[in-house]
Amino acid sequence: MNGVHDMGGMHGFGPVRREEGSSPFHAPWEGRVFAMMTALTRGRHTFNLDEMRRAVESIPPAQYLASVYYALRLAALRILLVEKGVVTASEIDAMLHKLGREPERVRTPARRDDPALAAAILADIERPPKQPREAIAPRFRPGDRVVARNQHVQGHTRLPRYVRGKAGVIHRVHGVYDFPDTKAHGRGAHPAPVYSVRFAARDLWGDAASPRDSVYIDLWENYLDPA
Amino acid sequence: MHDHRGGGGHGAEHRHEAEHHHETEHHHGGEVSQTQLLTAALESLLVEKGLLSSDTIDQLVERYEKDIGPMIGARVVARAWTDPAYKQRLLSDSASALAELGIHMDNLVVVENTPAVHNAVVCTLCSCYPWAVLGLPPTWYKEPAYRSRMVIEPRAVLREFGLELDGTVEVRVWDSSAEQRYLVLPERPAGTEGMTEAELATLVSRDSMIGVARVAAPARAR
Repeated sequence: MNGVHDMGGMHGFGPVRREEGSSPFHAPWEGRVFAMMTALTRGRHTFNLDEMRRAVESIPPAQYLASVYYALRLAALRILLVEKGVVTASEIDAMLHKLGREPERVRTPARRDDPALAAAILADIERPPKQPREAIAPRFRPGDRVVARNQHVQGHTRLPRYVRGKAGVIHRVHGVYDFPDTKAHGRGAHPAPVYSVRFAARDLWGDAASPRDSVYIDLWENYLDPA
Repeated sequence: MHDHRGGGGHGAEHRHEAEHHHETEHHHGGEVSQTQLLTAALESLLVEKGLLSSDTIDQLVERYEKDIGPMIGARVVARAWTDPAYKQRLLSDSASALAELGIHMDNLVVVENTPAVHNAVVCTLCSCYPWAVLGLPPTWYKEPAYRSRMVIEPRAVLREFGLELDGTVEVRVWDSSAEQRYLVLPERPAGTEGMTEAELATLVSRDSMIGVARVAAPARAR
């Protein structure tokens, strides 16, 4: 989808704001959101990462740009839990209502421990993700010239605007991977070869770019045509 | 609270208020934000239904706060600096080279910085990052400024990080748009010839493995 999340090459966001400190979380709630998101995708497989990204991308543009990373993940988590039937919207509303009157319960939610479940989920998360290793012969080889399709998919896609319609060169064949455009919408895995494709910076950005520079991006075969 | 999009107008933590919230949450513990409220509500429901447990969430947070971070990637870099055969394996077949160090990751591509080529990594569409070797990404990596600019003006962004590249250097930006993850093998700084692998690992910064910094020479070599 042509959303604000597809920001490669956009202007106006100002300088990169670096920060001190080594914790990946700014506040305890960010860690809780991270853990829920990770446990439900890579541990419990309640939904997949493509669905997670699709849900994040469905957040309205103004809200997307105004929200910190974990607030976007939290919003997506709510969408997907309801969509998957794990909880209903009214159960969430009821819990919000209940906790709204008990701020202490917000800071320290009621506990229920399950060491066996925790161990299983942590082990799953640290196991490398299973990818289809189907013998699908790649259509392109390193050195082949290709063009990224000029297509504007309404749903989730991993073909960013800044390469659409541009010509590049196959750098490397990565293997076969599930196709996010369908997997994000419950329309099947449809595995296909993925390539690292090199685009000359000048072909993407014009003469202002250095003739020496390039952008390498990973693209599914379904996004490419022979040049 | 009928906004099915969750964070909605109610729950979004605003980018520029994040630091403020950080302080109020830690030092006062008084008011509860809508984001904290929604987080607690979802956690309570998931735990109540037995899909997750409180200790699952605690342990995951702790693991990524303490155990899984750039020190893992730094060990890989230090090994590659001290063992040329290992470096070749890392560049050509990273999965088995990582497994030699007890790291299980089969989708990592390692790209080597040299005096002629500078590599840097970005994810323009979201926040893809090699967790198993670098931990979770810094906030700037996930924010619009870095994601939008790194592909169109990498030299300007690198300059903001304090990395001025000569015009003769080739810049390669890797946009992690699929399942592959990228780790930059930075150049070994001068003056480190006598250092052990473990000493070298302490020099290797997270930013140097993203490709937005060089590895600084140790103080005694400067």
